[in-house]
Amino acid sequence: MAEKKTGKPGTHQQEGITRRTFIKNTGLITGGLVSGGLLGGLLGNQLGTGTDTETSTEEHGHGATHRYEEARMFFKRQGDFRVLEMVTETIFPEDGNGPGAIALGVPYFIDRQLAGNWGSNTRDYMQGPFEEGTDTQGYQSSLTRGEIFLQGIRLINQISTSDYDEAFVDLEEQDRVAILTEFSEGNAEMRGVSSSRFFSLLRQAVLEGAYCDPLYGGNREMAGWRMKGHPGSVMSYLDVIQEEDFVEMDPVALKDHNH
Amino acid sequence: MVQQLDKVDVVTVGVGWTGGIIAAELAKAGYNVVGLERGAEQKTEDFLQTKDELRFDSRYELLQNLSNETVTFRNTPDMTALPMREYGAFQLGTGLGGAGVHWSGVTWRFLPYDFEIQSQTVEKYGEDKIPEDMALQDWGITYEELEPYYDTFEKTAGISGEENPFGGFRSDDYPTPPMKETPALRLFKETTTEMGYQPFMAPSANPSETYTNPDGKRINQCQYCSYCSRYGCDFGAKSDPIVTVIPTALETNNFELRTYSNVTEVLHEDGVATGVRYTDLTTGVEYEQPADVVVLTSYVLNNARLLLQSELGQPYDPETQTGSIGKNYCYQLEFSGQGFFEKQYNMHMGAGALGMAIDDFNGDNFDHSDLDFLHGGWISLRQGGRTPISSNAVPAGTPSFGREFKEQSIYQFFRMLSVGTQGASLPNVNNYLDLDPTYTDKLGNPLLRMTFDFHEQDQNLARYLAEQIEDILTEMGASDIAVNKDLGNFDIEPYQSTHNTGGVIMGDDPETSAVNSYLQMWDHDNVFVVGASAFPHNGGYNPTGTVGALAYRAAEGIEEYLSNGGGQLV
Ligand SMILES: Cc1cc2nc3c(=O)[nH]c(=O)nc-3n(C[C@H](O)[C@H](O)[C@H](O)COP(=O)(O)OP(=O)(O)OC[C@H]3O[C@@H](n4cnc5c(N)ncnc54)[C@H](O)[C@@H]3O)c2cc1C
Repeated sequence: MAEKKTGKPGTHQQEGITRRTFIKNTGLITGGLVSGGLLGGLLGNQLGTGTDTETSTEEHGHGATHRYEEARMFFKRQGDFRVLEMVTETIFPEDGNGPGAIALGVPYFIDRQLAGNWGSNTRDYMQGPFEEGTDTQGYQSSLTRGEIFLQGIRLINQISTSDYDEAFVDLEEQDRVAILTEFSEGNAEMRGVSSSRFFSLLRQAVLEGAYCDPLYGGNREMAGWRMKGHPGSVMSYLDVIQEEDFVEMDPVALKDHNH
Repeated sequence: MVQQLDKVDVVTVGVGWTGGIIAAELAKAGYNVVGLERGAEQKTEDFLQTKDELRFDSRYELLQNLSNETVTFRNTPDMTALPMREYGAFQLGTGLGGAGVHWSGVTWRFLPYDFEIQSQTVEKYGEDKIPEDMALQDWGITYEELEPYYDTFEKTAGISGEENPFGGFRSDDYPTPPMKETPALRLFKETTTEMGYQPFMAPSANPSETYTNPDGKRINQCQYCSYCSRYGCDFGAKSDPIVTVIPTALETNNFELRTYSNVTEVLHEDGVATGVRYTDLTTGVEYEQPADVVVLTSYVLNNARLLLQSELGQPYDPETQTGSIGKNYCYQLEFSGQGFFEKQYNMHMGAGALGMAIDDFNGDNFDHSDLDFLHGGWISLRQGGRTPISSNAVPAGTPSFGREFKEQSIYQFFRMLSVGTQGASLPNVNNYLDLDPTYTDKLGNPLLRMTFDFHEQDQNLARYLAEQIEDILTEMGASDIAVNKDLGNFDIEPYQSTHNTGGVIMGDDPETSAVNSYLQMWDHDNVFVVGASAFPHNGGYNPTGTVGALAYRAAEGIEEYLSNGGGQLV
């Protein structure tokens, strides 16, 4: 990579985030969310791959703030939320680049988005009559995004149980991918909406949660931006936009502008 | 009960770019002007600390709330139109400054060819070159006649640019020098130069240096921060109506702005408009605002809708091809191709109108004798500033989610470059606007119905432009080039451009057009309809440069109308 230091204040060469800093930054282990089976599944399948287990013990139970915001506004059943978590992690898994969806706060981000304007389509035209329309006529469902998510998430788990004899959260990654692929291709039967539309909403929401300003509860500690190399809400690039080489910068969030 | 208000000289319906220009010019000339704007007041301060992709780019905070009002859409007259329930191929503005607040700022002049497209085509290629179903028309004005108004708009907005080698005569240079050239732009420039084309910096309303316009309004130097299209500028560094023409109008004390005022009808009697009716959206109270001159500046779609709703002018009928309101609705063939590079480009830095252009394939700048289409489009590499939610390009064949997707979307974030075009959209007799028979807005009035599809002309032009894009990306050294050569049917869902045009077109013949070259209605002398609604076709560029020029001309016409004591100006 042809990176260079700019020598400007506030910019520096950024090493790829290590798994360890990621866990430390995100408080994944210490928060109340990851417990029991899910913790095992996550650490085993997503984070750990068997090495490096010292981090979890080292961090477990210490230090990081208790995240009171890790409670649900939209999903009533914990089981549905667990499926959502695993779905988001399947779409955007933790890997060598850095954290996956769960550690970035994506499931809670989605839960809140569904509880707000977006989830209830308050800024969309929702008057009838409703007709399916052609492929070129766009979204024509009378369902809100919240209703679509709830239906879709439950169907994912149903298909998992009927086709694989296991709950979605317990499935191997390749099987989870296979189920989501069916949804993305429109092959799952949903009521009032196609599964491909549900999937594209879901995928979009995951990317939003991974890369939004941390004020929304996603992109925790700006780890999404760090992975992608995007510096967030920088006020000016006037002096660096003509640089021939790639310019690395520390990310800036809206909170940082809030003096 | 409808409340009657005192008469004013001029009322504008909507206060965006066009409403702001009309208000500023007439108020400066001493006329009293009322601006009715359905949305909220807004100013630069609203945008401080709002570089927020989720809020503005994903959730469209600045756009018209579709639960209040939208349009219905179908591809052909035999289909049932359905509402655009969410955004959307185009993104409608609302609030003071309109879409002008969240535009990108690419500010073109159309080619001299555009204004005389019908006669020049016949002269050069013969009648047969124009397909039967293409309602091609001259504009009733020439480039030379419009040139002084282009100059005025560019000076009001402080446009940064360099001369288009294919452009028409310019009475003056751009008021500010071109924006900064970046490595990605330079790659496009060097490549297209080697290919024998003539690249130049796209004209931009993100000024390259701090600029004070002839009205004394300051526009700051663009900071290339990338929060531009769909955002309001926090630095007053994008020329928009709220930092230029609206404060100019307000300063005169002859301009009264009323926000949350939604106009529902143009009132008229015996061929004369008497004023407008509007609803105060905060109270529900209805008002009648009498005026000597009614100016529709409510964007293309509502300009047409309000005329149809008010039964002004003759609605267009696609069967008989008579009538003019709703006729020649056109759009833009906007798309891009992408390619991947080894090098990382700082594509997160940028500005809405930062770009390197070629115009070699626009208008009639290239010979169409052996081609199965007319017109063309500008081709460019633009650097608007890439943001992480919306940009996740991956090479073809990569899954759309999961490990490989994540890996690739991160790896390629700075390595993908795209080359795009805005192809001209020529009129088809079956593309038009009318009122929807079923769906209504929140106030109970019929929505506008859009019947629009891409036809053979569009398919052929798009394929040709896509081939040029592919060649350029190849020469640039890209791998995994992806360019879609099949335009397909018009689809209301993916964003393409907010370059809707037509519906209340200008011309020199009342039989085939709705307004004259001052945008004055042929059959209602005191109604002016200002916007891209006046375009008989859309050129191969963003529209607002031409919209601004036409607005300045309309303002001059309105002044003349008022000082002459009425009558047709043409
Ligand atoms: C994301 C985006 C990027 C763009 N980028 C470019 C670009 O780079 N270059 C370019 O040339 N163009 C661009 N455009 C298009 C440009 O914004 C418009 O051409 C321009 O704003 C049109 O000016 P207008 O006055 O006709 O409409 P607007 O600026 O939209 O103003 C119309 C106003 O009328 C009000 N209104 C509507 N109906 C009523 C009613 N019934 N009663 C009262 N008020 C009403 C609206 O609320 C609005 O404020 C872009 C648009 C968008 C959305």
